[in-house]
Amino acid sequence: MTDTISRAMFDHLVDLAALELTPAEAEYLLQQMNNQLKSIAELVAIPLDEDTPIASHGVPYTAEMSPQLRLDLVRPCPNVDEILAQAPQVNERYVIVPDIPHATLE
Amino acid sequence: MELCDTPAYELAVLLRQKRTTATEILNSCLARIEAVDGRPGTLEPQPATLPEDAGKVHAFITLMKTHAMQQAQAVDEKLAAGEDPGPLAGIPVTIKDIFCVRGAPATAASRILANFVAPYTATPVTRLEQAGAVVLGKVNLDEFTYGSSNESSAFQPSTRNPWNPERVPGGSSGGSTASVAAGEAPLSLGTDTAGSIRQPAAFCGVVGLKPTYGRVSRYGLIAFASSLDCPGPVARNVTDAALMLQAIAGPDPQDATAANVPVPDYLAVLDEGVRGLRIGLSPDYFRITYPNPETGEMEEQPVPEEMTAAVRRAAKLLAEMGAEIVEDVPMPNTRYGIPAYFVISRVEAASNLHRYDGVKYGYRTPDAQNDLRLMYRRSRGQGFGPQPKLRILMGMYVSAAQYSAQYYNRALKVRSLIRRDFDQVFDRSGRYRLDALLTPTTPTTAFPMAAVYGNSVMMQYADQLTVPANHAGVPGLSFPGGLAADGMPIGLQLLGPDFSEATLLRIARSYELATESDAWRKVKPKVLR
Repeated sequence: MTDTISRAMFDHLVDLAALELTPAEAEYLLQQMNNQLKSIAELVAIPLDEDTPIASHGVPYTAEMSPQLRLDLVRPCPNVDEILAQAPQVNERYVIVPDIPHATLE
Repeated sequence: MELCDTPAYELAVLLRQKRTTATEILNSCLARIEAVDGRPGTLEPQPATLPEDAGKVHAFITLMKTHAMQQAQAVDEKLAAGEDPGPLAGIPVTIKDIFCVRGAPATAASRILANFVAPYTATPVTRLEQAGAVVLGKVNLDEFTYGSSNESSAFQPSTRNPWNPERVPGGSSGGSTASVAAGEAPLSLGTDTAGSIRQPAAFCGVVGLKPTYGRVSRYGLIAFASSLDCPGPVARNVTDAALMLQAIAGPDPQDATAANVPVPDYLAVLDEGVRGLRIGLSPDYFRITYPNPETGEMEEQPVPEEMTAAVRRAAKLLAEMGAEIVEDVPMPNTRYGIPAYFVISRVEAASNLHRYDGVKYGYRTPDAQNDLRLMYRRSRGQGFGPQPKLRILMGMYVSAAQYSAQYYNRALKVRSLIRRDFDQVFDRSGRYRLDALLTPTTPTTAFPMAAVYGNSVMMQYADQLTVPANHAGVPGLSFPGGLAADGMPIGLQLLGPDFSEATLLRIARSYELATESDAWRKVKPKVLR
């Protein structure tokens, strides 16, 4: 039995993901997600031992091959203005964003 | 042969013998681009299609002509002064537009980064430049690398296959492989997360190498799935791929996953042949399992006979040169590569895409001046195309607290099983003791434009034979293995143990020598005929 992503669940995800979608986009994305879920369902049928480890990387990083971490030091950035110039809105070297609307916590 | 079609390793010799200059090489590539590339990809091109678009490659988003001319001139000046200009001196290279090159746009083929100019340069690009390479420009890809055809790029027209512009070049490094196949540059820098170097290399008839995870630094690469992404070379022959890997591989203090493993001399061993090497064939790589588009039920099919025949012939040639071919190697978890990838890559992609918020850089909607949350939603809604949106939502779903045990944790365990398959067959004291596995790279040749795009499930299954190497972290090399009945290139794939790139290159080089006089090697891509 394959799970199905309901419209309510989908709308919740869209809200969490901070995405504004057109109705046509929403319909396409929900359909594709449910199609992908059918493929993912194959995983559920695989017999797994309790002690099968999870793998966050394929290559096992041994102590010898793991690079030393850089020292956590403050370094001057040589091109601050170049980076600030990328921001959509800046005022006196502060990045400006629209107002944060007030919301009453439930 | 024109300079732009000459192998990089030959250009390096010609340059040192002063039989050509870096500027002449660059001019030859620029003339080829002018002849075959057509207009570059842009956001909402006006008009959307032009009659002259037909038959063009459209590999580029940003051609960096002035920058390239300055670099070529600097190489020529060094040579004139008797200085060593580096092993890749004067060799033009295209860069997949997912890497940062300081001062150049880094778009990721997405509207959300269309106006972003990189403030620093990615390590692999820095290393190419230090080796004397000439950075020719940034080439197209699937948006944020999310696709296997290049069609999802926000920059249209998207790249076409030089062997037949009605077909896709593959993806996501389709701009890289098309630019190399069309002679626009001898080398390109791509990335491979599920097959994104190898699949388009196979589709475009060039060599593509996904190095071991950690072999090449990811610093300056716009992240998709951080535990899977691998930068690597695209070239027209195995020697050039080795030359390029030599330049970009190695530890990097800027990337904590760039492994502290010495880089061998890939060129020194390239011609050592295959005598004594054990090369495996697995039935699990001669069939594909995919969901029936009508019923959704999983179905199994053998890969087309001509792909199997190409692999079998390669095995026979390698055996004649002294390799030992090991049949019936079990790789039982190959079929789970795509379902596991659907989960792992989406979770990592969703995490990486949360940073695009219209605040610090990139696209901000003009339609939400007074509400921060609306600005976030609109900027992301208007800035991302359908494929990034799909990955964000799917990644959030499968990693949600109530589902993560069922999906995400399970996928990470399946990833262990896939890795175990490789460990067992490459184990030096195991039953198989393989040096490499030989497989087809893809289940089909390049498919027609618009034939699969839109169906995100079927598009993903194009990577079924390449994605296991990304889960396992092992290196994979795709190299041309002939032409199919449809006139399109067939790719052969070698997979090996961690950091065995030198062996894979050696095997592919032996095959290249054995097939040097084959008739298919004389056939040029359609755009060059």
